[in-house]
Amino acid sequence: MKQSFRLTLGCGLALLLTSGCRREMYEQPKDKPQSASDFFPDGAGSRPLVSNTIARGHLNQDEQFYTGKKGTNLIENIPIPVTRQLLERGRERYDIFCSVCHARTGDGNGMIPQRGFPQPNTFHRDSLRQAPAGHFYDVITHGHGVMYSYAQRVEPEDRWAITAYIRALQLSHDATLAEVPPSERARLEGGRP
Amino acid sequence: MPQIFRRRSNSVARASILGVVLLLGVGGWTLDAIWWSPHVTRVNVPIEQPVPFSHEHHYTGLGIDCRYCHTSVEKSSTAGIPPTYTCMTCHSQLYTDAPLLEPVRRSLITDTPLRWNKVNSVPDFVYFNHSIHVNKGIGCSTCHGPVNKMPLTWKANTLYMKWCLECHRNPAQFIRPREEVFNMGWLPPADQLAKGGELVEQYHVNTRQLTDCSMCHR
Ligand code: HEC
Ligand code: HEC
Ligand code: HEC
Ligand code: HEC
Ligand code: HEC
Ligand code: HEC
Repeated sequence: MKQSFRLTLGCGLALLLTSGCRREMYEQPKDKPQSASDFFPDGAGSRPLVSNTIARGHLNQDEQFYTGKKGTNLIENIPIPVTRQLLERGRERYDIFCSVCHARTGDGNGMIPQRGFPQPNTFHRDSLRQAPAGHFYDVITHGHGVMYSYAQRVEPEDRWAITAYIRALQLSHDATLAEVPPSERARLEGGRP
Repeated sequence: MPQIFRRRSNSVARASILGVVLLLGVGGWTLDAIWWSPHVTRVNVPIEQPVPFSHEHHYTGLGIDCRYCHTSVEKSSTAGIPPTYTCMTCHSQLYTDAPLLEPVRRSLITDTPLRWNKVNSVPDFVYFNHSIHVNKGIGCSTCHGPVNKMPLTWKANTLYMKWCLECHRNPAQFIRPREEVFNMGWLPPADQLAKGGELVEQYHVNTRQLTDCSMCHR
């Protein structure tokens, strides 16, 4: 009787040993994006690009598309077909990344300048109307004065989409009623946007 | 031999059975309540951060889109916490000597990332992906609650398996039009189930496999 009790107790205790430590599966020895790491000296799990290498799909050979320049000159026109889809994408990206400062209309009086940030120039001045398309691409990529670079946040294709949309804003800002297609004119004349 | 048990013992025995049942019941209920309390789940508990960043201020007050900071949410598994550089696009000019922002400035100068405390997380054995949810019409607020009203960010749902499955069993309850994903004020219409059913069809939501274990544990 006493022996079988000890045996049962022993087996029971041994069984406990087989249960793993809960943390093993919950916190595995791997790094997720942006997690801290005690393996790498800089403490970051996400690794920077190894120098003198190019990430897959980032060869970026098309100079005009990826720099907005030909040699050292800014290119005059957008190097990809401007479609309705590109413009819609441009509007979306512009509203996300630029409108807080440049305002949805492009006049430069966005919410952040209203809170004390230096106010940017309106896009509707002649110097910017006549500026080559490459200028806008270049400003998004490298920043301009107090405006920081958006290269990390806006991908090359989206930078051209935004450029196309700024062109559309410039065009529509000074459009006359005669330039509006007849089918849309009625809505404007009716006083409704 | 005298009687060991008196007649009264019968009632004592009955009462003690009742007592044990009650004890188990109350004990179980208490454990359950503790298990689901914010103390354990951390739901609705604002998390202290190295810089008291306020979504209420930046999103609702200033109108900055979620994607201005969480840039990868539409195209990758993680939404991404913005780097110091993103904060400094504005704070290089604004609040430049506020002591609150000292850690941000120091982080930029010394080129060491800020260490934000995680608010939402799933264990390492769970696979989660933002882009698929966002692109199939599941809004931020469905999972993260009213982020636009949070002065300090908190977790709005347990993120337990039970919670994921509640939606995966029938996404029509929560799905919304894609254009509304970033709208923090979106409310389900009265006929959500019918509308949701249409969207599930339209977005080709793969409902057959959504509850397979290998979907989330891979
Ligand atoms: C944080 C506020 C802010 C945001 C956001 C911002 N800008 Fe700017 N931008 C400025 C300021 C301020 C200037 C003027 C800089 C100067 O002259 O020092 C400027 C200048 C420019 C110029 C140059 C104008 C000129 O006179 O040549 C262009 C083009 C421009 N921004 C485009 C953009 C685009 C496109 C975006 C979105 C991807 C954007 N900006 C986002 C603040 C901002
Ligand atoms: C100005 C930049 C900025 C904007 C805009 C922004 N966020 Fe954040 N967000 C942050 C920062 C910084 C953190 C990390 C600190 C924290 O948890 O509060 C964060 C954290 C979060 C977290 C918690 C992350 C975790 O640790 O689990 C969620 C969820 C979130 N944001 C959702 C949103 C949503 C939804 C929006 C749009 C309504 C939004 N954010 C807009 C900067 C921003
Ligand atoms: C697009 C511009 C912009 C960006 C990006 C931005 N902020 Fe701000 N922030 C502001 C403005 C404007 C205020 C002042 C708010 C006001 O006056 O209502 C502010 C205020 C603050 C304050 C002061 C306390 C408060 O909430 O009023 C803190 C702290 C702060 N920001 C932290 C951050 C951090 C951390 C980041 C990076 C994740 C960040 N901000 C990114 C514009 C920005
Ligand atoms: C289906 C539910 C769901 C939706 C919809 C959702 N999230 Fe999340 N979010 C999560 C979960 C779960 C985590 C924790 C992920 C982890 O631990 O890996 C998380 C984590 C985050 C984080 C922390 C950093 C990271 O990338 O892990 C941020 C920031 C965030 N979400 C922002 C957003 C924004 C912005 C949206 C809307 C565009 C959004 N989320 C939509 C469930 C969701
Ligand atoms: C509000 C609804 C909802 C919630 C909550 C939710 N999901 Fe989903 N999830 C979906 C929908 C809708 C899809 C898209 C299915 C499809 O079409 O492939 C999806 C797809 C997925 C996929 C498939 C990704 C792929 O690459 O095929 C994974 C993994 C996933 N969810 C994990 C989770 C986890 C883990 C949680 C809990 C932390 C969660 N989901 C919470 C609605 C939800
Ligand atoms: C929609 C995503 C999803 C699916 C499908 C899913 N799980 Fe999970 N599972 C989770 C999440 C999220 C957790 C982590 C909960 C937590 O935070 O502890 C989890 C945790 C677990 C755990 C650990 C529980 C614990 O408390 O430690 C087990 C075991 C598990 N799942 C088994 C399964 C099995 C078996 C299936 C298939 C029938 C399955 N899961 C399907 C999301 C999922």
